[in-house]
Amino acid sequence: MDHFPTNWGRPRNDAVDAYNTYPLHSRPVHHDSFADGVQRTQQPIVTGTSVLAIRYKDGVMMAADTLASYGSLARFKDVTRLHAVGDYTILGAGGDMSDFQYLKSVLNDLIIDEFTQADGHALGPSEIFEVLSGIMYGRRSKFNPLWNSLLVGGFKDGKSFLAYVDLLGTTYKDNAIATGYGAYIALPLLREIMDAKGPENISEEEARSMLTESMKVLFYRDARSLNKFQIGKITATGVEISDAISVPTEWAFAEKIRGYGAQTQ
Amino acid sequence: MATPNVYRGTGFDFSNHNRNEFLSNKGFPVPKAQSTGTTIVGCLFKGGVVLGADTRATAGPIVADKNCEKIHYLTESIRCCGAGTAADTEFTTALISSNLELHALSTGRKPHVVTAMTMLKQMLFRYQGHVGAALVLGGIDATGPHLFTIHPHGSTDKLPYVTMGSGSLAAMGVFESGWKADMERQDAVDIVCKAIEAGIFNDLGSGSNVDVCVITPEGTDMMRNYRKPNERVQKERNYKFRPGTTAWKKETIRKLVVEETVTYISGNAGTTAAEGGDAMDTS
Amino acid sequence: MSDLMAHPYHQYHPQQPQQRQFNPYTENGGTILAIAGADFSVIAGDTRQSEGYSIQTRYAPKVFKLTDKAVLAVNGFAADGNMFVKKVKQRLEWYRHAHSKDMPLRAIARMIQTMLYAQRFFPYYVYNILGGIEEDGTGAVYSFDPVGSYEREACRAAGAASALVQPFLDNQIYFKNQTPALGSAHPTHLPLRHVVELVIDSFTGATERHIEVGDSLEMYIVLARGRSLQGLEGLKDVRELSTPGSNGERLFVLRKPLKRD
Repeated sequence: MDHFPTNWGRPRNDAVDAYNTYPLHSRPVHHDSFADGVQRTQQPIVTGTSVLAIRYKDGVMMAADTLASYGSLARFKDVTRLHAVGDYTILGAGGDMSDFQYLKSVLNDLIIDEFTQADGHALGPSEIFEVLSGIMYGRRSKFNPLWNSLLVGGFKDGKSFLAYVDLLGTTYKDNAIATGYGAYIALPLLREIMDAKGPENISEEEARSMLTESMKVLFYRDARSLNKFQIGKITATGVEISDAISVPTEWAFAEKIRGYGAQTQ
Repeated sequence: MATPNVYRGTGFDFSNHNRNEFLSNKGFPVPKAQSTGTTIVGCLFKGGVVLGADTRATAGPIVADKNCEKIHYLTESIRCCGAGTAADTEFTTALISSNLELHALSTGRKPHVVTAMTMLKQMLFRYQGHVGAALVLGGIDATGPHLFTIHPHGSTDKLPYVTMGSGSLAAMGVFESGWKADMERQDAVDIVCKAIEAGIFNDLGSGSNVDVCVITPEGTDMMRNYRKPNERVQKERNYKFRPGTTAWKKETIRKLVVEETVTYISGNAGTTAAEGGDAMDTS
Repeated sequence: MSDLMAHPYHQYHPQQPQQRQFNPYTENGGTILAIAGADFSVIAGDTRQSEGYSIQTRYAPKVFKLTDKAVLAVNGFAADGNMFVKKVKQRLEWYRHAHSKDMPLRAIARMIQTMLYAQRFFPYYVYNILGGIEEDGTGAVYSFDPVGSYEREACRAAGAASALVQPFLDNQIYFKNQTPALGSAHPTHLPLRHVVELVIDSFTGATERHIEVGDSLEMYIVLARGRSLQGLEGLKDVRELSTPGSNGERLFVLRKPLKRD
């Protein structure tokens, strides 16, 4: 009998459960932090799941739910994972929430430094992304990664911007990007519409309905998700991050399900 | 003196197991099985069930078969999509298909889908996941349309829409956003096709064409290559080799015409068949 | 459990978590290749970036213009590849400021070797192929391993489908396993059009049989100073990157869709 509730209902081997953080009882114990030099390797503890984003006619729209999980425990249910950086950029984060908070403070310092220069220049999304991917790649190269998958969306000088960077420093740009389980479940839905129409033919309402629908699907199938999410948009008029939204869900079909095999009643 | 037993028991032959384990401990790699890193789906609709599959089979990152058939025949009105180790899905479904036929002959009735499901899950459970077959089972019987998934360890699910394989998440996304209860036949075929295409274009383990199979009380409609969204373009050059391109080290010319000498016991001695001669007396 | 705790070792060393060592590398798929002609060079790559069974993006360039006559293709771990190209471009800019000219191709090749070997014990997990025009006006291809071993060749394929493409190139460029007709010899250099066609067929073929190859093909074509455009006429989807009609080397890019499954 396994007496640790945090292990119940989870795979027997934590080493293969790539989507979870460490359970309570087996958090790493460091007797001597300097026993083998310094601490480098780590693992995510409090985590956020998918972030979705698309480019559309007026700019970029991004969505993330407000859950921060502690392993399989839904620990914090009102955490904002979309963050405005300066006046032209939104950063969306999945993965470790403490690393995300650290990044927010680093980027905040960056924006303040840039502001105090008062040179008439402001950092746009591509500059912020360059800094961010540099930080992420630099940390992975020191074997001390920031355990996140990040989306950077922005709009400046009439051009929209959407790019991805993760704990390895891997980067790419695209019209529709999703992190975590969103990359498997929601991205195919977003891509289908994006490939058929192109970002310039997607209106704000349509972009919003694409993301809401995708967040709903993720709530159905991602066990670490929540039906409470925010949508952020960045257009010529600036950054706007909504309050938490939830969508109506459909469970009527469950009434008709009887068992898993031969059962009929 | 002990003689080796020449009679085989039924089922799998484990006699090479110890040798193979020894070899793999010595660093001799275990041969890689072809797998169908697949998208397979099924969906109930008004009065029937639709199954769908892509047609790519892979061996690691290499495409082993560009147009394989993953919707297997169990009975006329029960079909089964297979993902996982290609050989396991093929042999498991073939074996159960045989047993269902025998079952039908001995009972004089058409087999139920739950019967097929139970036979499959009991076999897979017995082999503790070593038979790597992940299946989507669908069909019609006296009690109506049924749809199941069967996992390699033998667990089953009974749901109105199901997906399996490496593209299962992409396909499930489509179902979760578009499925409705009691759809018309064409709507069900369309959503199944869309789910498979989501797998084909977003999952590297899936590709090539869409196979669809519609099973209703009126009959089974196996639509092989229902969609072909990935046809190969024409090659820029043609690669015919001039005769004599391949080098050789030795030339041997063999005469394939056989000559034989027929010696008659009585009379006409020494006349060869090749030279002709008198007609044989066939009376 | 009780057995485990009774063991004296565990009294002093409470159960350690399974350390899953952080792996700083991943593979991002795709394939690159380059072929050198007598007075041109062709450098190509597909544009799919993947991880595991997922396509991250259908357009992430792997082939980069370095100078007017040098093009670098990188394949392997995308983050390392991008960082490496960034650093090569930086060194080339410093060279331009110091010497008021572009670095010659063979010098770029040697520089790439030293840059790769500098990371010998934490390598860039990247296969590099450098193509372009030498100072003597000949087409050239240099290929590298991740830690800097390099050589000049007539053709090279690298990346996910290299094991599929290289044998094809050996057969069609080097005429391996082909005996010439009596009284004739295989050509030492193929015409541009022929090479472009071989490159396209290499990628459509690799797309058919390798799951990580596809989406689109990006091919750079560098022509030696003063060479005519022979071989490019009638080709669709070609765009000139150099100033049209300039009397230096000329650079073209050809983009072509590949299958997306």
